[in-house]
Amino acid sequence: MRTQAKLGLFLLLTPLLLWLSLLIFIPHIDMFVVSLRERIGVAEYRISPANYLTFINEPLYLRTFLRTAVMSIIATIITLLIAFPVSYYIAKIARGRARSALFLLCLVPFWVSELVRTFGWMILLRETGLISNLLQFSGLADAPVEMLYNDAAIMIGLVYTSMLFMVVPLVTTLESLPDDVIEAGYDLGGSGIAVLREIVIPHAMPGIVSGSIIVFMLSLGNYLTPTILGGKDSLWFTELIYSQFIVRFNWELGAAFGFLLLGLSSAIVWGMLKLTGQSLEKTMG
Amino acid sequence: MTADLECLNLTKRFGQMTAVDNVSFQVPRGSFFSILGPSGCGKTTIMRMIAGFVEPTKGDIKIRGRSVIDTPPNKRPVNMVFQHLALFPMMNVADNIGYGLRRAGMAKAQIATRVDAALQRIGLAGTGQRKIDELSGGQKQRVAIARCMVLEPDVLLLDEPLGALDLKLREHMKVELKSLQAAFDTTFVYITHDQSEALVMSDRIAVMNDGRFEQVGSGQDLYYRPRTAFVAGFVGDTNRWTGRIERVDGDELEMRTDSGMLMRGAVHGRPLSAGDRADVFVRPEAIRIAQSAEELAHFDNRISGRVTSTLFNGAASRILVQDSAGKEEIEVNLPQSGEFASLRRGSEIHIGWSGAQGNCFAAGQS
Repeated sequence: MRTQAKLGLFLLLTPLLLWLSLLIFIPHIDMFVVSLRERIGVAEYRISPANYLTFINEPLYLRTFLRTAVMSIIATIITLLIAFPVSYYIAKIARGRARSALFLLCLVPFWVSELVRTFGWMILLRETGLISNLLQFSGLADAPVEMLYNDAAIMIGLVYTSMLFMVVPLVTTLESLPDDVIEAGYDLGGSGIAVLREIVIPHAMPGIVSGSIIVFMLSLGNYLTPTILGGKDSLWFTELIYSQFIVRFNWELGAAFGFLLLGLSSAIVWGMLKLTGQSLEKTMG
Repeated sequence: MTADLECLNLTKRFGQMTAVDNVSFQVPRGSFFSILGPSGCGKTTIMRMIAGFVEPTKGDIKIRGRSVIDTPPNKRPVNMVFQHLALFPMMNVADNIGYGLRRAGMAKAQIATRVDAALQRIGLAGTGQRKIDELSGGQKQRVAIARCMVLEPDVLLLDEPLGALDLKLREHMKVELKSLQAAFDTTFVYITHDQSEALVMSDRIAVMNDGRFEQVGSGQDLYYRPRTAFVAGFVGDTNRWTGRIERVDGDELEMRTDSGMLMRGAVHGRPLSAGDRADVFVRPEAIRIAQSAEELAHFDNRISGRVTSTLFNGAASRILVQDSAGKEEIEVNLPQSGEFASLRRGSEIHIGWSGAQGNCFAAGQS
């Protein structure tokens, strides 16, 4: 009986262990080794921190790195600010069919691929696009307006792509807040803002944090949206990694960049958890 | 002396459905008022209208003489203990109790003293830092009440707060609620579907059915002098027979039930006359049982029969008696003094009651 149970546990764990070791641990260890290599001749390598020093000494790399981090944080905050009222409406105000319909509306954009969605934004924002034409038609602008290839366009794309991943955890946590607790908040003299601050937000905190972590990671690691909507004027750190690996064929530097991005996202997520007093077990479990 | 709470012609319609139909009542200061009714009778709607969560279709609500119809719930001098208590799980006990005071903008030190005093009063001194989910059901109950009472509301509303407790605790909390009400000297409005809660605690009870108040009175009034057939049937247990009145003589009447049994009852001032269809209600505890017919000679209703079943329930044990003609089954309280301990199914027994105990109503009222 005991050996059978052990075998069962082992079989259940196998896919997870295979996935973790083959796709996560081994490639990362290999990447880390590659990032510590310095090429000194044809097929001649030695171990040195040279790649990391290149990153620190080259302002373009460092600036893009920090820019990506800051923009991802801003995108996360904007997504949260837009998603919170939407989630509150879906979870607490809408009833029955309206609720399912609204939830479905949040999901609909994800039925088409990210590429198609991003091209959709290009159709709207480009110089000869819908909004530009509309502005000219209404007389608000007398020449075509280019709205692509800047930070605002990236931001729009990132927020749009991330919306669902914020709405889902928020709706789930807000749904678990009983209506009578909110009513009690009002009944005992709380104004709308006080109830929001003292009752709704503290209750929704695990959802806010887990949604923010997901959105932040997705934004930081996004490649398609910044490349297509940001163009040449707005660099994203993932673009640098891509160009090192594929264009420059400098795997060593690319691997170092990859590791730096991993360290950055881990550090910011850790900081966010500390700041909000949440733990990973509480938000994910 | 003005009433703490006064409702005038309160009406609430949801679409086609009338939940509360033209209800008026007054609750005098410092009293314990209950609204008793089956679920779906509109009692929760009344309470939510008083608290301000539901706007009445028609009518007025006055608290200490002032209309609060246009006052939002967070500004009304009433507080509510919710059915599931609705304590704030994200705060500890002290923060829960202090929430209303913080919202009122009271100084921190003063809040702390008030919260401590409240905890003392509910017998939970020193538990301020505990989390809500570390409390037992009865403790949560008390915290929910204290959370409202620190605000010194004119009226405290309680929405079936004992529903979730187990029986023993519920019995205990009934007594405790009553003494808390006396200690805080605040007007309590309590809604429940449990008649024993209403009867034990209330100064006055309104029995509600189908959006209307059937009768408002003390527990004794409702129990001994029900004014409608619904109240007679809803408050306390009762035997009920339907039949035709054969004779009315002063305050006495004779009625033949549909199964052919003749019984005597009292008019109790109701407009009943010979030939009317009527319902008669007789409480199981108003019926005496005896081993011999002679013991019951002074009762004007006497039936001999046999026991069809015994329903043991401690002090509230009953037997079902079938009359010798085999037409009716009558529920009778079984005295626990020991003389009837030998009663078994099939035992011969005599029962009797005085006609004045029979409450008679014209049929078709409920």
